[in-house]
Amino acid sequence: MITYSFLQHYWWFIISLLAGILAFLLFVQGGQSMLFSLSKTEDERRLLVNVLGRKWEFTFTTLVTFGGAFFASFPLFYSTSFGGAYWVWMAILFCFTLQAVSYEFQSKPGNVFGARTYRTFLFANGLLGTFLIGVAIATFFTGSDFSVNKGNITSQFAPVISQWGNPWHGLEALLNLRNLSLGLAVFFLARSQALLFFINRLSNEVLEKRSRKVLWINAIPFVVFFLIFVIWTLFSEGFAVDPTTGIVSLEKYKYFTNLMEMPVILGFFLLGVVGVLYGIGRSLLSGKFKSGIWYSGVGTIVTVCSLLLISGYNNTAFYPAFPNIQSSLTIFNASSSEFTLNAMSIVSLFIPVVLIYIFYAWRAMEKKRTDIDDVNNDSHAY
Amino acid sequence: MEILNASLVDWSRAQFAMTAMYHWLFVPLTLGLGVIMSVMESLYVKTGNEEWKKATQFWMTLFGVNFAIGVATGIILEFEFGTNWSNYSWFVGDIFGAPLAIEGIMAFFMEATFISIMFFGWNKVSKKFHLASTWLTVTGATLSALWILVANAWMQYPVGMHFNPETVRNEMTDFWSILLSPVAINKFFHTVLSGWVLGGLFVVGVSSWYLIKKRQIDFALKSILVGSIFGLVSALLLAFTGDGSAYNVSQRQPMKLAAMEGLYEGKSGAGLIAIGVLNSEKKSYNDAVNPYLFKIEVPKLLSLLAYRDADAFVPGVKDIIDGGYQTKDGLALSFAEKQASGKVAIQSLANYQKAVSVKDTAEATLQKAQLEKNFKHFGYGYLDKPEQLIPNVPTVFYSFHLMVILGMYFIALFALVIYYNYNKKFENAGWLQWICLLSIPLGYVAGELGWAVAEVGRQPWAIQDILPVQAAISGISSQSVQITFFLFLVLFTALLFAEVGIMLKQIKKGPEGH
Ligand code: HEM
Repeated sequence: MITYSFLQHYWWFIISLLAGILAFLLFVQGGQSMLFSLSKTEDERRLLVNVLGRKWEFTFTTLVTFGGAFFASFPLFYSTSFGGAYWVWMAILFCFTLQAVSYEFQSKPGNVFGARTYRTFLFANGLLGTFLIGVAIATFFTGSDFSVNKGNITSQFAPVISQWGNPWHGLEALLNLRNLSLGLAVFFLARSQALLFFINRLSNEVLEKRSRKVLWINAIPFVVFFLIFVIWTLFSEGFAVDPTTGIVSLEKYKYFTNLMEMPVILGFFLLGVVGVLYGIGRSLLSGKFKSGIWYSGVGTIVTVCSLLLISGYNNTAFYPAFPNIQSSLTIFNASSSEFTLNAMSIVSLFIPVVLIYIFYAWRAMEKKRTDIDDVNNDSHAY
Repeated sequence: MEILNASLVDWSRAQFAMTAMYHWLFVPLTLGLGVIMSVMESLYVKTGNEEWKKATQFWMTLFGVNFAIGVATGIILEFEFGTNWSNYSWFVGDIFGAPLAIEGIMAFFMEATFISIMFFGWNKVSKKFHLASTWLTVTGATLSALWILVANAWMQYPVGMHFNPETVRNEMTDFWSILLSPVAINKFFHTVLSGWVLGGLFVVGVSSWYLIKKRQIDFALKSILVGSIFGLVSALLLAFTGDGSAYNVSQRQPMKLAAMEGLYEGKSGAGLIAIGVLNSEKKSYNDAVNPYLFKIEVPKLLSLLAYRDADAFVPGVKDIIDGGYQTKDGLALSFAEKQASGKVAIQSLANYQKAVSVKDTAEATLQKAQLEKNFKHFGYGYLDKPEQLIPNVPTVFYSFHLMVILGMYFIALFALVIYYNYNKKFENAGWLQWICLLSIPLGYVAGELGWAVAEVGRQPWAIQDILPVQAAISGISSQSVQITFFLFLVLFTALLFAEVGIMLKQIKKGPEGH
C-alpha cells in the first residue's frame, strides 16, 4: 500500500540520502582547501589538482540534483529557505560557480588571470562551500526566523507567502554556536576525507606521508566539533509536530527520543560513526592501510543520512521556524502533491541505474593509482 | 512585512535575464559542437584514420572549456527560482520542480560521468567504450536541455494541472501532457537545433581561419565538410521548427504574436512583415498613430502561418485588450472582463480560506466553485491597467525579425559553403572564408534574440494568465538583488573574458599543438 504519508517519508529518505552522498563527495572541496598547504612543489600541486579534478563534477552534480530533488518533493522548503536565507545560499552558489571553471581553466594558456587565481578560487570553494553547507544543514535542527502564510497570495501589494523575519537573510545563522560547530565539523570532515582519498589514489610517497601526518590535525577537530553538535542537539529541545492537529511544539530531548524510537536509524547512525572513525583511525595507526576512504566514505553517507532522517521523521519539523514555530516545515505540510511524489518515485527507480554506471565508469578509470607521469602524459590534464 | 516594489521585480528579472543570457552563450555550443565531435570520433572509429582522431580531440578541447562555464552559469539559474522567485516556487513547484529533479537524475549524472571518460579515458578504455562515452556525454547534455525546456514550455502554456485552494498552489494531474505538450516538443527541437546551427557555424568559421592562415589545410577541410553539412540540415530544420513555434505562439500567446509583428490593429488575411521599422511616436496602444515608419510585407502570410488559413483574423494588441473578436473558443473577453474575473478568483480564494478557518463548509464550497470558474484568469487580478498586458513591442519585434533573417542567411551560407567545397573551390575562396569566420558571432546573436522573443514577449506573465511576475517574487530587498546582480555580472564577465582568451589560444595552437 503506497499511501501519501509513505511517499512523503520515502522522499525525505531520498533527500537525506542525497545529503549524505553530498557530504561524502565534499572531500573534493576538502582537498581544495589544502591545495596550497599540502603541496610543496608545482608538480605536487598539479597532481593534487588533477586527481581532484576527475571527481569534482560528481560533487557538483550531486549538489544540483539535491536542489532539484528538494524542489520537486518539498517545494515549500525550496521557496522558503532559498528565498529567505538568501545570502547564505548565494554565497554557496557563488563559490561553486568559481569552482566549476577553475579546474578546466587553471592551467590553460590565455586564461587571463593566471593559474594562481583559479587555484585560489578552488581554495575559496573548499573553505566556504563545506563550512556554509554545514551551517545551512545545522539550521534543520536549530531553526530559522521565518513565517509562512499562504493566505498572503491574495494580498495585492505584498503577495509573498514566505517571509524572512530579519534583514540578515540567513547570515544570522552564523551567530549560532551550534550551527558553527556543524559547519566546522563538515569542514574538517571534508579535509580528513580528502586526505584519505589522497592516500588511496596517489602513487606519490611524499604526498602520502604528508597526508597521514596532517590527518591528525584535521581528524581531531572534526571529532570534537561533531560531538559538540551531536550531543548538544540530542539533548536540547526539538521541534515536535502533533500528528493529528499539525501543531508544532518544543519538546525536550526530541532528537534523542527520535533515535530511541527508531532503533534502525540509531543502528545505522552508530554504524556510520564507527565507519568514519575506523577509516580515519586505522589510516592513522597503520602506515600501510590505504582503504580508509571507503570506510569513512560509506560511514559519512550513513551518518549524515541518519541525522537528517531524525530531523524529519517521527513527527518532527525538518525545517523549524523560530520564534514563529507554527510556520515550521514538516514533511507533510511542505511536500508536493501525492500525484507528483508518485510520479517522481517512479523516476527515482532510475537512481540505482545511475549509481551502477557511475561505479562502472569509476572502476574503468581508476585501475591504478595516479602519479605525476600520468598527469604529464594525459592529453587533457588540468 | 516587506512591501514589494517595482524595483524589486525589475531587478529580479534583470538578474534572471542576465544569468540566462550568459548561460545561453555557452550551452548552444555545447549542444552543437558535442554532436559534431561525436560524429568525427565515429568516423575515426569506423575508418581508423588518425586525422579524424586529431580533429575530434581538437574540438573536444574547445568543448571542455566551453562546457565548464556553461555548468558554472547553469547552477545559478536553477537556484534562482528559489532565491528570487520564491512565490513562484511554491505556487507551481508541484509541477515545475519535477523536470528540474529529473534533469539532475537522468541527464546531469550521465553528462558528468561520461565526460570524465571522454576527456581522460583515451588510453584507459577501449575505442568503442570511449566513443560510447562521447555520445553519452552529448546525449546527457541534450536530455538536460529537454527537461529544462519542458519546464519553460509549461510556463508559456500551463497544462496538466489544477489549482488546489487548500494548499494554495497548482498541482500536477497529468505528467505526460506536460512532457508531450506541443509547445514543449517544438521548443525542444527549435532550441536544440539552434545549438546545432551554432556548432556548424563555429566549426566552419574556425576552420576557415586556418585556411586564411594557410595552416592545417587537411584538418580544416575535413572539419568544414562535417560542419557545413550538419549546419545546413540543422538550419533547414530550424526554420521548419521556427514555423511551428510561431504557430504555437499564435494559438496560445496571441499578445506575444502581436508584439512580434508590431500588430496593433488586427485584421483578416494579415501579411507577414519581412522588413520593417517601428514608429517611436507610437505611445499608446489606442492612440491611432501608425506603428510602422516603413515595412515590406508578404501578403496574407501571417494569417497563413499563424492559423493555417490565409484569410484568418489575427488579433492585434488593441483587439486583445478590447476583446470582442471571434476565437475558436467563442468571443474573446476584454482585458477589463478578464481582470474582473481574476479579482473574483483572488477574492474567492481569500473568502474560501476564511470560511475554512471558521469551519463554514457551505460557504467554503460556494467560494471554491466561484474560484474554479474564474481561475483561468487568476493572474489578471494582480494587474491594474491594460498597458501592463503589453510586452515591450520594439524588443520583441526587432528580435523576432532579426532572428528570422539570420535563419535565412545561415541556410544560404551553409549551402554556399557546401557548393564551393563540393567543387573543390572553397580552399581558394578567401572572401567566403572571411564571411564564414565573421559569421560565428551571428549564431550567438540569433540564439539570444530567440530567447528575447520568447521571454520578453510573454511579459507580464511568469505563468501565462495565471501568475504575473510581480506576484512570483521573493520577499527580499531590491538592494540585495542589486548587489548579487552586480556580483554575478562581474564574475560572469570576467569568466567570459577568460574563456574567450583560452579558446583563442587553443585555436592558435591548433590540432598539431595538441
Ligand atoms: C528561420 C526562421 C526562424 C523562425 C521562424 C523562428 C521562430 C521562432 C519563434 C516564433 C520563437 C518564439 C517561440 C516561443 O515564444 O515559444 C523562437 C524562439 C527561439 N529561436 Fe527562433 N526562429 C527562426 C530562426 C532561429 C535561429 C536562426 C536561431 C538561432 C540560431 C533561433 C533560436 C531561437 C531560440 C534560442 C529561441 C528561444 C527558445 C524557444 O522559445 O524555442 N531561431 N523562434
